[in-house]
Amino acid sequence: MRIATRRSSAVLAGGAALALALTACAPSSNDTDDDGDMTTAAAEVPEIDCSVYDEFGDLDGTTVSVYTSIVEPEQEDQELSYDPFEECTGVTVQYEGSREFEAQLLVRLQAGNAPDIAYVPQPGLLSTIVNDTGAAVPAPDATAANVDEYFSESWKGYGTVDGTFYAAPLGANIKSYVWYSPSAFEEAGYEVPTTWDEMIELSDQIVADGKIPWCAGIASGDATGWPATDWVEDVVLRVAGPDAYDQWTTHEIPFNDPQIVESLDEVANILKNEDYVNAGFGGVDSIAATEWDGAGAPILDGNCSMHRAANFYQNQWPEGTEVAEDGDVYAFYLPSMTEGEKPILGGGEFVVAFDDRPEVQAFQTYLSSADWANVKAAVTTRGGWVSANTGLDSELLATDFDRLSADLLADPEAEFRFDGSDLMPGSVGAGTFWSEMVAFFASDKSSQEVADAIEASWPTS
Amino acid sequence: MSVPIPAVKLSEQDEKKASKGPASKMSRIDRRAAAGKKALTSPWATVTAIVIAVLWTTPTLGLLITSFRPEQDIRSSGWWTTITRPWFNFDNYESALFGSSTQLSTFFVNSIVITLPAVVIPITLALLASYAFAWIEFRGKNILFIAVFALQVVPIQVTLIPLLSQYVDWGLNGTFWAVWLSHSIFALPLAIFLLHNFMKEIPRSLIEAARMDGAGHVKIFFQVLMPLLVPAIASFGIFQFLWVWNDLLVSLTFAGGGRDVAPLTVRVAEMAGSRGGDWHILSAGAFISMIVPMIVFLALQRYFVRGLLAGSVKG
Amino acid sequence: MDWLLHADTTTEKLLVMVVAILLFVAVMSIILFAVDRPKSPPRWIVTVGFLGPALLLILFGLVYPGLRTIYSSFFDRNGQNFVGFDNYAKAFGQDQFQQVLTNTALWVILVPLVSTFLGLLYAVLVDRTRFEKLAKVLIFLPMAISMVGAGIIWKFVYEFRPAQQNIPQVGLLNQILVWLGLDPQQFLLNQPLNTFFLIAVMIWIQTGFAMTILSAAIKAIPDDIVEAARLDGLSGVGMFRSITVPSIRPALVVVVTTIAMGTLKVFDIVRTMTGGNYGTSVVANEFYTQSFRQNEQGFGAALAVVLFVFVIPIVMYNVRQLRITEEIR
Repeated sequence: MRIATRRSSAVLAGGAALALALTACAPSSNDTDDDGDMTTAAAEVPEIDCSVYDEFGDLDGTTVSVYTSIVEPEQEDQELSYDPFEECTGVTVQYEGSREFEAQLLVRLQAGNAPDIAYVPQPGLLSTIVNDTGAAVPAPDATAANVDEYFSESWKGYGTVDGTFYAAPLGANIKSYVWYSPSAFEEAGYEVPTTWDEMIELSDQIVADGKIPWCAGIASGDATGWPATDWVEDVVLRVAGPDAYDQWTTHEIPFNDPQIVESLDEVANILKNEDYVNAGFGGVDSIAATEWDGAGAPILDGNCSMHRAANFYQNQWPEGTEVAEDGDVYAFYLPSMTEGEKPILGGGEFVVAFDDRPEVQAFQTYLSSADWANVKAAVTTRGGWVSANTGLDSELLATDFDRLSADLLADPEAEFRFDGSDLMPGSVGAGTFWSEMVAFFASDKSSQEVADAIEASWPTS
Repeated sequence: MSVPIPAVKLSEQDEKKASKGPASKMSRIDRRAAAGKKALTSPWATVTAIVIAVLWTTPTLGLLITSFRPEQDIRSSGWWTTITRPWFNFDNYESALFGSSTQLSTFFVNSIVITLPAVVIPITLALLASYAFAWIEFRGKNILFIAVFALQVVPIQVTLIPLLSQYVDWGLNGTFWAVWLSHSIFALPLAIFLLHNFMKEIPRSLIEAARMDGAGHVKIFFQVLMPLLVPAIASFGIFQFLWVWNDLLVSLTFAGGGRDVAPLTVRVAEMAGSRGGDWHILSAGAFISMIVPMIVFLALQRYFVRGLLAGSVKG
Repeated sequence: MDWLLHADTTTEKLLVMVVAILLFVAVMSIILFAVDRPKSPPRWIVTVGFLGPALLLILFGLVYPGLRTIYSSFFDRNGQNFVGFDNYAKAFGQDQFQQVLTNTALWVILVPLVSTFLGLLYAVLVDRTRFEKLAKVLIFLPMAISMVGAGIIWKFVYEFRPAQQNIPQVGLLNQILVWLGLDPQQFLLNQPLNTFFLIAVMIWIQTGFAMTILSAAIKAIPDDIVEAARLDGLSGVGMFRSITVPSIRPALVVVVTTIAMGTLKVFDIVRTMTGGNYGTSVVANEFYTQSFRQNEQGFGAALAVVLFVFVIPIVMYNVRQLRITEEIR
């Protein structure tokens, strides 16, 4: 069963290894040209130090089950990156990815059918799991030691619930990006803005040139609204600063605090400005109904100039789009408003275990190591993956854009903050925050009204 | 009042005659067929039927054409533009068919293995139960029947946790057995409700006659009723087949654990990608998974196209 | 015997399937044989034999979870503290809940009636024509598409692009508006019509169901009746109203009821197309969101119970129909 499929992908890996080793190592890469091309999606798997796992005893023949929200095509790279561990220890990793992960995980936990390990994409869900189900097991010492060594204090904090460290970070993403077309910018003589004011000036200039600068879309099925919460969070980080951001996400200051309302106004200055939006899709209200995954598409046909979206938007460009500093599309860091500040909004997955068998702990430890991060970087040949693991050798990453993201994450100047809606209670962060942002655009609800309504919905207990 | 009667099979010949028979030798069926055609010779009737058919088919046709178009074209122009500027490729189908480390055929096999028992078991159970509701007298029959049919409204979601805990206790979670059992349970209220309706319309005289001959309930059920119920079984069978084939929730919850038991829908759902952005591949996947239900519909259709029980009317 | 639980290969899987079916047939045969064994068995034994297996499964898989849901609707989010009717108060106290109830009522009334009417009309129109088989397949097609597929199809139909130069419409419906010289519309955004556009999707799916069942019923109308009516000079609309409809009345009741039940539970369409935003949410969607997105178990359970309440009128109607047919018999 599992073993059979793993073997076949290993064979695939061997065949393509030589060609791909070149891509993986060459510093000048040709980016996502081969995006989605399945046959090249494998690479030489680096060697790792097996002795680390001796302390967990003889694990040969055991199985660890993993449940995640990561499905094909990314699933293939995930599974490939476990090969060195499986070879070292003889453990079989049984992988299951599902798009219904969040609802299904809770059902399984409550029914007593927990997987050994789950990759939880939100700290808020992690604390729900710990507090409501009691099924989670604290991380072993070896994992904690890895996290202390390779991750920043704030990342460890997001995997900690009530002072107990449960979950080591896995992958990471960065949301503070603005996508644009380098070729279109060059043609029109626009410069990539490095301050907020420059960005507004650029927007005005584009308007003066008779075009609409910004495009945005926040529709996403039952999660409609989340791209707008990212916008707001990014601006709160810039208007109110990281400390106020922390107070905001933990409800030490209310949601309708004047700084938050000011941030919403700042978002409105761009996204609710009829001159600025919504390039290619209509008026302000069309932002609410435009699908997030296609919202940047007008950049390609020249209808739109700027689209704020995360690094994983890289995978949403149609096949054949060149993502490069001199290509069809690229992204710049969403500038800060104050000189010397460099806040980054992002997210990531966390590895939480529901069993403390030695093979489970060994696998947790492997996933939190620099070894795993480097193996994962090497096997992810189509790009689109980074980690906040400081042991990650960014040369191993597949694309220049991924290296840009890795460098941002490793930048000592930068202050990383986790996606706030993932930290807030579910009824806000995945409830009213989403729906009120929809109303913000769809029915022109004011910043104050939106903030008041979300504050009113904050759970009292 | 007259009550409709389902159906005894006609022979192949009769059916041919029904559509092509010469007017000179009109059997009753032929005359009826002719009358039906006469009804449709009204131009309004024809127009209405065509309008409905076109309205119903166009969206699907749109998706079919879309599934052959490259992603950027999908986003920037309507599918009808391909009429003037045909541009097709099979990339989406290629990704849908080969974009997974597990072969698509594995999922096909799983879907079939899940579906067949999940159709056969509830239909059999429901046939027996609806026979009891229709033809055996016992106290509290009507209340029990109404309770059973009202249970249709219980959302499957509220049953997931209690059922899964039980399966975990029994060691059945992650096996086909759990999936079959669950599908059978969820199908029963509707199946009993529908089949009971067909069952009770069978003329009492037929049953009485069998009873006179000394047949017990089991014999009546198999020898008198079953042959008459073929169209009903075929039509419910199709729908149960469709619901199980297209189900995602039940198999995700009870078959969860890996590729050994996951049906095609699980694979199709993941074609949308981790963040739901790859629905152009999903459009191809939707058509691939539609093939089998369509074959089943076409295959079973002949069972309910025929079906006329001569004569017996009762008031 | 491990392969019975964990079949790996195709052969093993197919074998397990055959074993399961044979096992089931064997068990049922034994039950029926035992029931039929005595010369004239007591009636209760026969009843239990026929009804027992189905009722056991229903008790285990539906009644128990249903009762548990009612029970937990009186508890807080983890099911730990008793909160009385707080969850219900919360549900009915919400600003938009009035609208959610109205929407649900619209769905439950419109979907069954319209799809049954269209299904019946179509079944009558194509009955006994040369293209009957093909014509029926076309209407049946939407049933064969999964809900996810249907969601994508209709997103395409409703897709909106602004009326600007060099931006072509992608959605068919808006393209038609533009061809007619009208402005494109935000079909999924503009209240209150957006709810009707979502309902249209469900009607599109369910008409195939209605058509299939009703077509079977029409074919079962005894010829004598049709003959007699024709001799009385009936045809076309007259025949439809005084012969066809009364004859298939029980089937009509079944179809309307079944579709209404299914419609109450449906949330996939709302969930994939609007996520319940823009004033389009229905009770089932709220229930799903609360129970599985927010992990608010008590509140979610209360919403499920509200769903049960909606079914009461449907049950009453069926009780009446049942009485009528009993009287006839």
